Amino acid sequence: MSFKFSIEKLKQCLSKTKKSLFGKITEVVGLSKKIDQELLDKLEEVLLKGDVGVKATEKIIQDLKNGVKEEKIVEPQKIIDIMKEEILTILQNSQTSTKMLSQESNPLIIMIVGVNGTGKTTSIAKLAKLYSDQGKKVMVAACDTFRAAALEQLSIWAQRAGVDIVKSQPNQDPASVAFDAVKSALAKKIDVVIVDTAGRLHTKYNLMEELKKIKRVMGKSLEGAPQEVFLVLDATTGQNGISQAKMFDEAVGLTGIILAKLDGTAKGGIVIAIANELKIPVRYVGLGEKIDDLEEFDPKDFVEALFL
Amino acid sequence: MFAELSDRLESILKKLRGQGKLTENNIKEALKEIRRALLEADVNYKVVKDFISKVEEKSIGQEVLRSITPGQQVVKIVYDELTLILGKDSSVMKFSSSGPTVWMLAGLQGSGKTTACGKLASFYRKKGKSPFLIAADVQRPAAVEQLKILGKSLNLPVYSSKENPVKICQSGVAKAREEGLDLVIIDTAGRLHIDEKLMEELALIKKEVTPQEVVLVADSMTGQDAVNIALSFEERLGIDGIFLTKLDGDARGGAALSLRAVTGKPIKFVGTGEKLDDIEVFYPERMVSRILGMGDVVTLVEKAQEAISQEEAEKLEKRLREEQFSFKDFYSQLQQLKKMGSLDSILSMIPGIGGSLKGFSVDDKALVRVEAIINSMTEEERLKPQIIDGSRKKRIALGSGTDLQEVNRLLKQFFMMKKMIKDFNKMDLRKLKTMFKP
Repeated sequence: MSFKFSIEKLKQCLSKTKKSLFGKITEVVGLSKKIDQELLDKLEEVLLKGDVGVKATEKIIQDLKNGVKEEKIVEPQKIIDIMKEEILTILQNSQTSTKMLSQESNPLIIMIVGVNGTGKTTSIAKLAKLYSDQGKKVMVAACDTFRAAALEQLSIWAQRAGVDIVKSQPNQDPASVAFDAVKSALAKKIDVVIVDTAGRLHTKYNLMEELKKIKRVMGKSLEGAPQEVFLVLDATTGQNGISQAKMFDEAVGLTGIILAKLDGTAKGGIVIAIANELKIPVRYVGLGEKIDDLEEFDPKDFVEALFL
Repeated sequence: MFAELSDRLESILKKLRGQGKLTENNIKEALKEIRRALLEADVNYKVVKDFISKVEEKSIGQEVLRSITPGQQVVKIVYDELTLILGKDSSVMKFSSSGPTVWMLAGLQGSGKTTACGKLASFYRKKGKSPFLIAADVQRPAAVEQLKILGKSLNLPVYSSKENPVKICQSGVAKAREEGLDLVIIDTAGRLHIDEKLMEELALIKKEVTPQEVVLVADSMTGQDAVNIALSFEERLGIDGIFLTKLDGDARGGAALSLRAVTGKPIKFVGTGEKLDDIEVFYPERMVSRILGMGDVVTLVEKAQEAISQEEAEKLEKRLREEQFSFKDFYSQLQQLKKMGSLDSILSMIPGIGGSLKGFSVDDKALVRVEAIINSMTEEERLKPQIIDGSRKKRIALGSGTDLQEVNRLLKQFFMMKKMIKDFNKMDLRKLKTMFKP
């Protein structure tokens, strides 16, 4: 990769507001004189408020307790290091679970899925720009044939990113658009194809079946395609994110998550819960509305940024 | 909707029901579980804390300890407290006494503002208003286009121009006044609540067009941050109510509790699907019933009333009595059912079914095939299905793009239904009553 994850930018985004949730950890610990139940309760509160979820929070706190006992730690300050370590371990465990085969595939087909309004189209534009800046020939495919003006939205973004687009007709079968996109990518010697799909709630049986079909059809036009299936997750999402990740994974097999809209006050703690339960790695984070506001996810930098 | 939360409370309280007496200990256990369930449902940490302490306070009192069925008593306390948080009754939208009414929608990106605009317009047109949509989202690419398409599908006028959002809203409202349209709905750009500049712009729009309602559109899947979002919009802009979107998923929707608790502003509408008709008035009492797994019969009945006219119902009843039920009636029933929304959403409202159907989904496409089969019949066949023989079946299957098996299945089902209706008519009322007795 020719660019570097800039922790500075993430820090900048995460500290836009003084109310930042994880930021309070240092404050909380700083005021404590010893490690007691009260301190642990406060830490639990910080995690729960950051959308880390009950299960993952309980695990982190339990491990924290064990760590304190085993290593006979008495200074509250050290507890932060242990906690960082805990969260990092959870994130890293999921990070290594899927291999990045994609770099060798050509063309690389990336399918983007997610519920309505998480930021799929914007993330696609950013991803397209990112690959395009690396000197790759990029094409986006407009397979959201359902939502009004979805095609127009993607077209404008494609133009801004300076990449090719495969257009569609409203209500056209999205699978046929995907099929054509892959075929045309092969003919035009495109390096990366990013396939936009309509937002859908993961509980809608028919729509999830449609998604399976889109994936299947792409596999028919090129073996192994799509090599990547990314779920776009809104950073403000609560515990429903687990259900989203689980059901999209069951339907189309996720290879990663794009955590969008991390530039608000939400901390995206849900990815810790998802990593803990489902071991799906986060691959990119969206940090703003501009086309360059997408960064490769680095667990270490993310954890650092959370504990500012 | 809320299915999982109600399941949790149900199983927790079942444990309580089994015990003869409530002790401080066993209620603590139950409260801990309720706390957990609420947190998992994304209810804000602080809201949960307050809720639990209130329930605790009321539970470990004489009331409960003296009562004969302590489980029931706790159910009632939880019910009452949830109702209190969600607000006692639904509140209606405000209208202007003179000139066009103006409503303004605001919210984060992707919360569903544009769709909510379309839904509100469609909802109030049915109530006799003449809606006029203003596309003031010049931020997101093709957002104006999206609203225009929605407007076109609803056959409603949409105002847009190349001016800045404040100007667009001003001239839009002026245009509505000119044309005598009485309900203006403004779609604004999604923005982060910490974006000073864009929040300023919203405040300016509000100042210039003085809307009767400023509605915060919020995603029901939002986590703990719902509280910060709502508070920022309330502080910077001042909101009158909340439109909660995407409640047709499996989000436990704890955000509803949080939003209401911290802003004190009522949730006025909920979005329950992708179609423009998928909008419901928010009734706190009903929502609490849903939370506690008591079903939502009222909404169901209202939906049915909306879809089926009294006259049609009477006509059908007469035909049923006279045993003249044909495929034509069957078909019109199907159309009415479709008007009520997706089968999934209808089923979820029936008490006792919501939970038991988890993971089971109804194939709306099966209905489309049934429709196609009926459409491929001749008028005579629809009225007298008994004449449908082998060759007719083949033709119908071919015409509807289905197969013989499917046509056979539908015919079989239809005749069974007819037989049931016949038996039903013969049955005397007393027998019927004993049938439904538990």
